[in-house]
Amino acid sequence: MIAIVKYNAGNVFSVTCALQRLGVDAVVTDDPDTLRAADKVIFPGVGEAAAAMGYLRDKGLDKVIAGLKQPVLGICIGMQLLCRHSEEGDVDGMGIFDTVVKRFDNSSCPQCKVPHMGWNTVEAVSDCRLVDDGVNGRHVYYVHSYYAEPCCHTEAVTHYIVPFSAVLHRDNFYATQFHPEKSGDVGELILRKFLEL
Amino acid sequence: MLAKRIIPCLDVKDGATVKGVNFVNFRNAGDPVELGQRYSDEGADELVYLDITASLEGRDTFVDLVRRVARNVSIPFTVGGGISSVEHVDTLLNAGADKISINSSALRRPELISEIASRFGRQVCVVAIDARCVDGEWICYVKGGHEPTSRRLVEWALEAQDRGAGEILFTSMDHDGVKQGFACEALNQLHDALSIPVIASGGCGAMEHFKDAFEIGHADAALAASVFHFNEIPIDELKRYLHNCNIPVRL
Repeated sequence: MIAIVKYNAGNVFSVTCALQRLGVDAVVTDDPDTLRAADKVIFPGVGEAAAAMGYLRDKGLDKVIAGLKQPVLGICIGMQLLCRHSEEGDVDGMGIFDTVVKRFDNSSCPQCKVPHMGWNTVEAVSDCRLVDDGVNGRHVYYVHSYYAEPCCHTEAVTHYIVPFSAVLHRDNFYATQFHPEKSGDVGELILRKFLEL
Repeated sequence: MLAKRIIPCLDVKDGATVKGVNFVNFRNAGDPVELGQRYSDEGADELVYLDITASLEGRDTFVDLVRRVARNVSIPFTVGGGISSVEHVDTLLNAGADKISINSSALRRPELISEIASRFGRQVCVVAIDARCVDGEWICYVKGGHEPTSRRLVEWALEAQDRGAGEILFTSMDHDGVKQGFACEALNQLHDALSIPVIASGGCGAMEHFKDAFEIGHADAALAASVFHFNEIPIDELKRYLHNCNIPVRL
């Protein structure tokens, strides 16, 4: 069973649809026991970091997610909340990934618009289960104003103003800053890779 | 490198048919979902669905359509047409739309932009502007381009940005339908003034026009309808052309 964490995130339905296109029916739930019992858990996210984190803490879901043992995939804000800290709303995350989330500063590149919106290339910087040869160098879809600084858990980067973490991985936790559920064929390849872990 | 985006626009009536489409060998020429999938397969980067329905019943079927698009299409899509309240936006986003576009309603009540941005995030809110050049000044129009306002293009685009717009979709009414190219000079003015992405719309009739919108107008994305619907410019060919012109695109 694949579970999608139910919370105040904007893309839960899109992720559900993407999985359905791959022939996978997912359960959308905020029940701790169901999340713990799932084969894999997807932790999506669109919105504002501090509000999302506050909601998760109120429901006790932050501890549930951080304690999961099966493969977990964080997407966008989901990824950012798995980091140590986010500048957006100055909020502490779950600290799975040893990095911080900062706002894009385009003062060095005034023609670079913020939010970083659209299709950009993803490059593996180490062995990356999600970004293999079929995906490396291809375009994925981004919509974000904040990014995770590269760290020891960064397996792929994208360059926009600065290089930032496109894919993070530590133990059973995987995360993408881009939206695989909106990234066409390439996104489907990446979701498949996660489902096959 | 961030790619320039190519965006087909589909006008939808009663949630079912796309207007102005003439495809050969197309099973159901009017089906917006099938057409969206086809564009996605050809390499479209995003889709825009505009609801041109007048009746209230038609509005409900549009929400059903949004849900079907979300289920079947794996690239982002924006929906617009007659959106004037946060509740309406909520309904469309819940149905799976990635962004919404507002036009006349934002000019009538600019607070709507801030309300949408603060509730759903600014990336959700595309502000569409229809404008025409009158005596050297770009004037904003409402009601599908029928009624002039007192607002100027760049000044209104800046206010929209400050209120929380995530993107500006600029249609030059002077260029729309003429197929002589996008309004590159005005696009460049918007590019210089704004820090959010600008989508060029209105006027393309040839592949060079897209190149000009990106190179001269510095647009971040370009939107078109009939050249795609009538297959005058196949999207895959357009993207290879742009790639050969050294414009970053997703192939």
